[in-house]
Amino acid sequence: MSTIGPSISLNNVSRHFGAVKAVDALSLEIKAGSLVALVGLSGSGKSTLLKMINRLVEPSSGSILVGEDQIEAIDPHVLRRRIGYVFQNIGLFPHMTIARNIAIGLELAGGHQGLDDRVAELLDLVELPREMAQRMPDQLSGGQQQRVGVARALATRPGLMLMDEPFGALDPVTRDNLTEQYKKLHHKLELTTIIVTHDMAEALYLADRILVMQDGQIKADATPAELLSGKVGAEAEALVAVPRAQAEHFHALGKQS
Amino acid sequence: MNEAWRSAFSRVPDLLAAHVQLSFSALLLAMVICLPLAIWAARAPKVAAVILGFASLIQTIPALALLALFYPVLLGLSLLVGGGITALGFLPALLALTLYALLPILRNAVTGLTGVDPAAKEAADGLGMTASQKLRLVEAPLAAPTIMAGIRTAAVWTIGAATLSTTVGQASLGDMIFAGLQTQNWTLVLAGCLASASLAIIVDLLLGVIEKSIAVRKKVRAWIAAAILGIGLAIALLPTLQSRENVIVIGAKGFSEQFILARLIGARLEEQGYAIEYRDGLGSALVFQAVAADDIDIYVDYSGTIWTNQMQRTDAPPTDQMLSEIGEWANRQHSVTMLGALGFENTYAFAIRPEDAASKDLKTLDDLARVSPEFTFGTDLEFLERPEWEMVKDAYPLRFKEERSFNPTFMYPALASGEADVISAFSSDGRIAANGFVVLDDEKGAVPSYEALLLVSSDSAVDEKLVDAIRPLVGAISVEKMREANYMVDRSDDKKTPGQAAAWLDRQIGE
Repeated sequence: MSTIGPSISLNNVSRHFGAVKAVDALSLEIKAGSLVALVGLSGSGKSTLLKMINRLVEPSSGSILVGEDQIEAIDPHVLRRRIGYVFQNIGLFPHMTIARNIAIGLELAGGHQGLDDRVAELLDLVELPREMAQRMPDQLSGGQQQRVGVARALATRPGLMLMDEPFGALDPVTRDNLTEQYKKLHHKLELTTIIVTHDMAEALYLADRILVMQDGQIKADATPAELLSGKVGAEAEALVAVPRAQAEHFHALGKQS
Repeated sequence: MNEAWRSAFSRVPDLLAAHVQLSFSALLLAMVICLPLAIWAARAPKVAAVILGFASLIQTIPALALLALFYPVLLGLSLLVGGGITALGFLPALLALTLYALLPILRNAVTGLTGVDPAAKEAADGLGMTASQKLRLVEAPLAAPTIMAGIRTAAVWTIGAATLSTTVGQASLGDMIFAGLQTQNWTLVLAGCLASASLAIIVDLLLGVIEKSIAVRKKVRAWIAAAILGIGLAIALLPTLQSRENVIVIGAKGFSEQFILARLIGARLEEQGYAIEYRDGLGSALVFQAVAADDIDIYVDYSGTIWTNQMQRTDAPPTDQMLSEIGEWANRQHSVTMLGALGFENTYAFAIRPEDAASKDLKTLDDLARVSPEFTFGTDLEFLERPEWEMVKDAYPLRFKEERSFNPTFMYPALASGEADVISAFSSDGRIAANGFVVLDDEKGAVPSYEALLLVSSDSAVDEKLVDAIRPLVGAISVEKMREANYMVDRSDDKKTPGQAAAWLDRQIGE
């Protein structure tokens, strides 16, 4: 069931909200199969950049390629059915069972055969018990709900996953778990993933490439190792400083005891 | 259950069916209008502001006024398109009630649709739903409980307001309330209230079950409640499938004499095998239009009313000349046939208490003018607006201390109790003699003649069997007999129904 994710190419893309330039003449190449983290402070434009790729936000100018396809040439709903989308508020449909929530993308695509098997397979994939299929969303914990959110996004076997602070609202333990498991899924399914996060530690752990955004532009573009070495500029350093200081502090605490 | 209750409740089934048909049609039409508007409004806040503002504005108009306003509107519209639109009955009632039902449905639907969790909408977009898929799969189901709550509110309002449709000639449970109020038949009023309140409560409960079942996603329970509603509706709609051929509609204005005469006519036609329907409580301005438009077949009007209101005349010729002019005018202008005068007059009579008549030496309207600054004038609801009042004021210098309008039923007790010192009574009303009231002479003949006239629509006037059945009533009813029949219905003790009084009157004519 593995798919190979597409490459992404942004060419001189801008998005203005009135006078505010959320994304400012930005160009970017993302290789197929990579797991890219977009980090930055609130208002840096990282969510806007992500949402332009599945046309939840339309660019003011510039062009975007997913694989070989120019996205403005594709109907938004058709484009979105090819791209998995997971976001912080999850947005499970409260009036549908977990099974229907997971299978809704397949239903939209016109598939009605073998939905139950596919739901069971996806529940296995996100490590939820199969009995959950007939529950309603409000009977699940936040972590379980976001696992369903990931399963729903993966149901139509998209090659590209867009994740907007997917685990931001979860408790640290659950969050760590899900981050870990998602990383494995990404490699297993050979996806291309772009994940927006404001948590540098998560980005450092998860991604193989980190883009630091500020004022609608990419201020740093590096691997986690390069970022930690502190050679990629002031903006990146400011974000890395926090987890690094925390790590050193924990290390020191460990030594004392 | 005694006789009065039995006779009151015997009217319920037909009127209940008409009430349900009307309320349901109005509710359905309101839903058809509101739901697309709400979807539009939920996507465009400016549209929502305009639409909700309009619906709120309508809500500030009293339901009774809204119903009354549709009569001239439809009449004008009918003139514009060259006729064919009936301004009375089902259509104006339907339109007014529909407008009245808009606000709760719109407001709740807009609230429900805009209140859908933004995360669910973002997920729907992110999954690649089209706008219509999003509406069908996500927004509509999530807004459904709120929308249902709005429909429920509208249903209860509509069922309540539908009782007022009686005033524009549409049958409803309000017929019982209005007729009961006119004849002081409180059993009839209570029975009408009970029936319409029960209908409202039952519908409210069932819609409430549906609303809650949708919210907690218990589909079976919602379907059971919907099925009960559906069965009730089907039973109410059954009569509309029956043939309406050969049903003679007899109109009556809103007082006892009219109810009695309508039943007298009805009984004679039923003997000849006609199916009869009564349309009680029609406003006097509407009822002539109704017979002209063939909405009703027969009714009794009064010469002075037609002379001043319909013909806009202000002179007062001798009775015979007036009647022949009316007959000719009705036939030429409106194709309405005047079969003849029934033989009694029901004119406006200024009545006072006997004590005042004696102590102040009051005999004529000129005498009344002398004391009028000390007197409170009690009238029915329309007299002060009528041309007759202008004609009386022109002839006699009346300047009352105060003028008060009453429902005709309460005018006589008001005079007896001193709340009014003189009333514009009806000369054929049995309560004048029963209370010993004194009627003042109109020496100058300012009030025109009010002979009771039998009017027949163009459709029915060609039916010889029908005309033969009611022609014997012409010239057959004396004012004494009419007064006695009226008093049977109007008195407080040993009350008779209009039907019983009509039967008594029929026997008197036979003698």
